[in-house]
Amino acid sequence: MKKTAFVLLSAFLTAPAFAADVVNIYSFRQPFLIQPILDDFTKQTGIKTNVVFAKKGLIERVKREGKHSKADLVLTSNFSALIQLEDLGLTQSINSDVVNANVPSTFRDADGQWIALTKRVRNVYSSKERVGALAELTYEDLADPKYKGKICTRSGKHPYNLGLVASMVAHHGEAKTKQWLEGVKANLARKPQGNDRAQVKAVKEGLCDLALGNSYYFGKMMQDEQQKSWAEAVYINFPNQTNRGSHINVSGVVMTRYAKNPENALKLIEYMTDNKAQNMYASVNMEYPVKQGVALSEMVASWGEFKEDSLPLDEISKYRPVALKLIDEVKFDL
Amino acid sequence: MHVKFSLSRWQLTAWLIGLLLVTPLGFLLFESLQGDSDVFQHLFDTVLWDYTRNTLILIAGVGLLSCIIALPLAWLTAYCDFPGRKQFEWALMLPLAMPTYLIAYVYTDLLDYAGPVQIALRDWFGWQSPDDYWFFDIRTLTGAIFMIALVLYPYLYLIFKTALREQSFKLVQASQLMGLSPLQSFLRVSLPLGRGAIVAGVTLISMEAMADFATVNYFAVSTLTTAVYDTWLGYYSLTAAAKISGIMLLILFLTIMVERFSRRNQAVYERQSSVNSATLYRLKGGAAWAASFACTVVLVLAFILPVGVLVKYAIVYADEAWNGAFFNYAWQSFKVAVVVSIATILLSLLVLFYQRIAKQAYPLLPGRLASTGYALPGTVLAIAVLLPLTQLDDALNNWLEPFGLSPGLLLSGTLFAMIFAYVVRFYAIAHGALESSFLRISPSLDMASQSMGKGPLQTLWRVHLPLLKRGILTAGLLVFIECMKELPAALLLRPFNFETLATHVFQYVSDEQLELASISALFIVLVGLIPLYFVNRSMEQNHS
Repeated sequence: MKKTAFVLLSAFLTAPAFAADVVNIYSFRQPFLIQPILDDFTKQTGIKTNVVFAKKGLIERVKREGKHSKADLVLTSNFSALIQLEDLGLTQSINSDVVNANVPSTFRDADGQWIALTKRVRNVYSSKERVGALAELTYEDLADPKYKGKICTRSGKHPYNLGLVASMVAHHGEAKTKQWLEGVKANLARKPQGNDRAQVKAVKEGLCDLALGNSYYFGKMMQDEQQKSWAEAVYINFPNQTNRGSHINVSGVVMTRYAKNPENALKLIEYMTDNKAQNMYASVNMEYPVKQGVALSEMVASWGEFKEDSLPLDEISKYRPVALKLIDEVKFDL
Repeated sequence: MHVKFSLSRWQLTAWLIGLLLVTPLGFLLFESLQGDSDVFQHLFDTVLWDYTRNTLILIAGVGLLSCIIALPLAWLTAYCDFPGRKQFEWALMLPLAMPTYLIAYVYTDLLDYAGPVQIALRDWFGWQSPDDYWFFDIRTLTGAIFMIALVLYPYLYLIFKTALREQSFKLVQASQLMGLSPLQSFLRVSLPLGRGAIVAGVTLISMEAMADFATVNYFAVSTLTTAVYDTWLGYYSLTAAAKISGIMLLILFLTIMVERFSRRNQAVYERQSSVNSATLYRLKGGAAWAASFACTVVLVLAFILPVGVLVKYAIVYADEAWNGAFFNYAWQSFKVAVVVSIATILLSLLVLFYQRIAKQAYPLLPGRLASTGYALPGTVLAIAVLLPLTQLDDALNNWLEPFGLSPGLLLSGTLFAMIFAYVVRFYAIAHGALESSFLRISPSLDMASQSMGKGPLQTLWRVHLPLLKRGILTAGLLVFIECMKELPAALLLRPFNFETLATHVFQYVSDEQLELASISALFIVLVGLIPLYFVNRSMEQNHS
């Protein structure tokens, strides 16, 4: 009895055996977003990929696992996580001519501690019916009292909004950003809630006229039978085209400091920055590829050219703590 | 009068269990002593008070609403006869299988401004904008209270009903003979007698409500759990997060202590009764229909409606939502749930038995220590579990290195971590469900057992266990279903490529696309119903 129990227990606890040719990934991005790319990578190279997906805590897990960690790569959905990983000393430098040729220097760490894979814009959606397209809109305008009760957004503390607020601090300083946040809060149609899609839905339903949201959601909604009508009710606007350009966030990847399969991991990173994967990111996920010359999806291309805020990401990242503090101070989410 | 057995071994066992299960929390609190407290001070100056108030309202609201739903229904189905009683008796447990985040999602879809209910109202009445009318806003603290209470009330229902069944039945009969109306008997006999069970149930519900993150986050209600996540993931301060977890535990301990104090020196023991209690009050006419109606309303709101919506999604999105790997996910979920249920029951039996026979000071402490894990938000608990396990792994690797062995993350990188986290989290449920059953066993039985020369182990095995059967089934059922639903710890601690039904659902829910995971979501509910069926059948047999 005892013996059986022991055998059962050990069989139960033992992790599946790993083939030699693998790369192990901790991913903040949902598997359904990255699986097609990983599958194709396996097909090309014979290297198998293993994934743990979670939205929270993976960084802490890598940190606590230390040198025994099985993770070779961490995939993130925003730049703060990339920089946090670097700051905690959990990354190693990626030295690859392929990567360096594919990714412009503003979208990777100078020492290769992190690499951006795709770009997304923090857009402002506007109601077709009640507002129209706003070519000259700025993020600053969102605090204008004329939009009182007209704006919808998700939580101020979500990394996408936090990145935007940090960029505001970088450009305008703490005091002015606080004023701006208070202005935006006063203009909110409802307490911050839901995700970016939910905001567009709210615009369609007439709850608000303007909504903050990432660019790819617009494309994804257009592809969804039920959500198409939400997206069709709004224009996608690129803020601050008349001055510094729109705020950009990125998804990206780091190689962990104690990666056990660094060669395979590097192959995957190179693959992800190259034409085929970049193309898939663009066509399937509606993101902007980091590699120049890779074609946008037809829909994304139809939104037109736009100017990007050129402030480097690690510069913006410095103001993240201040941004978070300000959001608490003005009780943005409450 | 309790009987004296030889204690040292039992005491040691109980304390070892208590300490083992409180270890993660201990490491976390130790963490809170490190580093600076700037972040905590900042929160204290800005939003912490709002968060604390929301948490207190949430706990009180969910507790109260659960009582309002569960106590009358439990009493009705246990003691009264009315149309559909037999079906309602088990059906009212069904909402247990419904994860909170699912019901919250489904109701938001229905009742939101952009949902079908409000759209229909606008169409009918020609309203144009939100300024034209008022409608209940689901994404509020009140909304969260309703959602959480709707799926958590079965805890109280189940535990209280078990207590009613085991309650000294003659007292209820006596109250009837003395001319008390059914309502009077409920208020003046059953409620006071079932107080231990009520408190156990409400405590579990409060802890679960306090640790909830998915629902309050989805409803944009900021609670202390929100603060824990903000500080940890936003301010990168596990230290401040640990401090806030400390506040949450303090709230919990104070609640429990107040309750213990008010209940001191009371004990009610079970007397065997062979009467079928369900025939005690035969409700007639209006009363009978009112009872059936009340049960129906609760059942529809908490189970039938949300399941119906999921079924609708599943049909509309059948192609995208179907996935051949479901059975595999369901099997993973199932085996983890079975292991954890057995483990928590064994551990809590040992601890509770020690509580019963203890002569030393602080007999309740090991159980209290072991139960603390339930009040921690899942992801925080997961990290707390990683703290000691990774250190152990590290030590193990260092120790084995000279022998040329490197086992890697034997504890923290395998299913062990997940199972340990589940046991830490759900021990409290098994303990709570069993404790009230244990307390109802008369100590005279222990004395009789001892006078016949039986040792403690034999007493536990041959006297207590048979009497605890119903409590054990209840505990096993609750833990099993919780394991099926549990998400954050599974998400963070799982090994590579390991999916449970809940983690599979989450990747879509996290993108607010439940529709695409509707079939898996239905699987969670279905697999949860399996033990419900068996436990109910076994209880019925036990009963008749």
